[in-house]
Amino acid sequence: MSYVPSTAREREQMLKAVGAAGYDDLYKDVPPEIAFRGDYSHIAKEGLSEFEVKDRLGELAARNRNYAAIFRGAGAYRHHIPSCVPHLAMRSEFVTAYTPYQAEISQGVLQAIFEYQTTICALTGMDASNASVYDGATAAAEGISMCLEKNRRSAVVSQTANPGVLSVIKTYCKAMDAELILCPEKNGVTDLEALASLVNENTACVYAQTPNFYGIVEDGEAIARIAHAAKARFIAGVNPISLALFKTPGEYGADIAVGDGQPLGIPLSFGGPYLGFMSCRKDMVRKLPGRIIGQTVDKEGKRAFVLTLQAREQHIRREKALSNICTNQALCALAATVYCAALGPQGLYEVACQSMANAAYLKEQLEAAGFAPAFPGVVFHEFVTQCPTDSAKVLAALDSNGILGGLPIDGNRILWCATEVNTKDQIDHLIRIVRSVIPHA
Amino acid sequence: MREDNMLIFEKSVAGRRCVTMPKSPLIADIPDGLKRSSPPGLPEVAQIDLVRHYTQLARKAHGVDNGFYPLGSCTMKYSPRLNEDCAALPGFTQTHPLQGEDASQGSLAVLHDLALSLADICGMDEVTLQPAAGAHGEFGALLMVKEYFRRKNDLKRTKVIVPDSAHGTNPAGAAMCGFQVVPVPSDAGGCVDMEALAAIAGEDTAALMLTNPNTLGLFEKNIQEIVRIIHGAGGLMYCDGANLNAIMGRCRPGDMGFDLVHLNLHKTFSTPHGGGGPGSGPVGCKAQLAEFLPGDRVVFENGRYAFAKRADSVGNVKNFYGNFLVCLRAYAYILTLGGDGLREVSENAVLNANYLMKLLAPEYAPSFEGTCMHEFVLSLEELKKQTGVSAADVAKSLIDRGIHPPTMYFPLIVREALMVEPTETESKETLERAAAAFKELHALAFSKPDALLEAPVLTPIRRADELAAAKNPLLKFEG
Repeated sequence: MSYVPSTAREREQMLKAVGAAGYDDLYKDVPPEIAFRGDYSHIAKEGLSEFEVKDRLGELAARNRNYAAIFRGAGAYRHHIPSCVPHLAMRSEFVTAYTPYQAEISQGVLQAIFEYQTTICALTGMDASNASVYDGATAAAEGISMCLEKNRRSAVVSQTANPGVLSVIKTYCKAMDAELILCPEKNGVTDLEALASLVNENTACVYAQTPNFYGIVEDGEAIARIAHAAKARFIAGVNPISLALFKTPGEYGADIAVGDGQPLGIPLSFGGPYLGFMSCRKDMVRKLPGRIIGQTVDKEGKRAFVLTLQAREQHIRREKALSNICTNQALCALAATVYCAALGPQGLYEVACQSMANAAYLKEQLEAAGFAPAFPGVVFHEFVTQCPTDSAKVLAALDSNGILGGLPIDGNRILWCATEVNTKDQIDHLIRIVRSVIPHA
Repeated sequence: MREDNMLIFEKSVAGRRCVTMPKSPLIADIPDGLKRSSPPGLPEVAQIDLVRHYTQLARKAHGVDNGFYPLGSCTMKYSPRLNEDCAALPGFTQTHPLQGEDASQGSLAVLHDLALSLADICGMDEVTLQPAAGAHGEFGALLMVKEYFRRKNDLKRTKVIVPDSAHGTNPAGAAMCGFQVVPVPSDAGGCVDMEALAAIAGEDTAALMLTNPNTLGLFEKNIQEIVRIIHGAGGLMYCDGANLNAIMGRCRPGDMGFDLVHLNLHKTFSTPHGGGGPGSGPVGCKAQLAEFLPGDRVVFENGRYAFAKRADSVGNVKNFYGNFLVCLRAYAYILTLGGDGLREVSENAVLNANYLMKLLAPEYAPSFEGTCMHEFVLSLEELKKQTGVSAADVAKSLIDRGIHPPTMYFPLIVREALMVEPTETESKETLERAAAAFKELHALAFSKPDALLEAPVLTPIRRADELAAAKNPLLKFEG
């Protein structure tokens, strides 16, 4: 099955119409020495029926574990996704459209992205947002790219950021010939004294994540002060759900706010597709990479939405463009927009509060069971504990009970996470299992 | 029914709810100094209003499911529903990326087998699935080029050669990686100018980025000579695989002599374009570059799938393993088609393009003579001279006839360009109806040009003032 509609007879007619005796005539420009005439080594000659494909994929899906409860985050979070979100985002008009180059026939996509940009600005307290980039890690890297100048070629990045994000930042810095300076941590947060000593007149920007990889809320105001004292920019990496509760990057003085939008209605999906959001202050708008939608009017004065500020982009500027991004994560951005509209300010507040409260309860119960918190500090919905026994043993016990425990990190520590779907009952159940494997608990 | 053009924010009524959260006995304790000063300005709407709002926006969008979408260079083919169902299986959507290899054997099997299949299709030794889109793959691959020469301590290779007909992502990606971009002109036949290339290539050449078939829809028939020139100069051959839909089962970038290639799963492998993404941009390469690929590889050993580090990897270009659910859809597509089906896809993509090109003549002349591959580029320069009607005017008029316009004003070397890519999933009568619409507009350009200058008239908006949008950017709703 190739989904080609034309029949053998129609193909004959079309070949004849274009003056070709057969398909070979259409490929006469391909030199015979490089023609492919063999069979593939890893692809069957004949395709499978729809039933067979579904069956095969169903079998593979069944070889993944689906956990009844997940207490692991570390950059990918399970939240409840209201039914209306996928139903609306998966409308086939949205799913099968492409980049809205033709505004008149694409108002639906354009308006939805304009609403997305408004949503991201509302959450982050920033002036402008682009239409998304690939994920939170590339958003952080692109944020650094926005700040680089001829005589400011270094980025000071806090070690408390998600290691996955750090690895992507490292790759991009190498590509852009930017110097990457890691700022050490102290008690699970960015060491502010060290930061102040690392930031200087060569620093383009400081990147710090809050809540950081250990779940701890960083002192955004202090970091902004240190960066700005050296006339460097501050890029805040944020969890969008946390912004329903905590001070926004706009409020604590960040210049750019980035993060992964996955918590906003995107399923875990083994790591993708997610979306990277990027927002900034007015003075940096023309440095934002990727698509941006603007409101204007049509020739009759009616409100209209269009791709705008395209002079930043690769298809216009070519090698002078700020980034080469073209395709982004539009459909995920749409889902995030619908998610935020479905929850509203109150719903998002409840999700954030319940995530935080559930995590606090989990932390307290684990501590009572002998899991000492690794760090002081206010946490949102993740935290690190020291394990009183081999962490692998604890996680294995949870696993055999259908629970994905926290992420094991170095030094026999575990990074735990709870969201609004990890209820008190679920936590109590987890604690019973954990206690059963701890000697003398 | 008359449609409004209000934003969801303007439909907000304080106190309305769409969904509720469970009541929790636990209370969050947030220190006052850390709280945001006021709640985020998100809409408060009832569920019915939310559903109607986005349903109405969907009606103001045009996808492949709505009608013909011959957007050149984008391969807007039909996205099979089967693949959507596979990608919605909870066994895939509910898996945490860090739940460990043992708990993710199904997903790892998909990544493993898809990488092998794609390597097979493009004639390469290894493929990474980590890049999230074509341009992202280009970025990763160019970084490999940079690292490859750095490891060889061959630091004089600072230039990347890019044809003047190339996608903008090519020069932009090369510049992102610190390369100097050197354009090479096209010859009178629309292919790389061989003399110019030979003059440019030298010991400072890191790579040539070539799209084959190129953006004019022509197969670079001197490809073997091009490879000899670049390899002879010590450079690498990079293939922009955006146009792979023309050649599957007929020839492979690896066999042509390319060292690196990126593919676009959202083009050739039918994954939906999503209004601008998500896509997926795997990178394939020859064995001598395989250790440089971004991300980890998936290996199958002792009956078990596992991740393995690549010795000289340029690093991760994205968190986790790529746009997994996009990869999954492409995998289902390849299983459905098989080798024969893949060849059938390309042969009919090329046949459809040639048939449509033939139907459009003589009113619309292709910019270059001869057989085209999966797409062709028209130049409306003559029409504009004679009638004042531009490529954009014809494009906008097609909208009123239910057709998404072709790509406009690209490639940059063709004046008044319309780049048409029908794809293999369009029927003969769809092509004939489209050709009739094009021809009707050609006649109208002479008899009543104003009708084209005014178009479109049947759309939710008329032509938009893009200059005003850029001059005074309004990028979000200001309550």
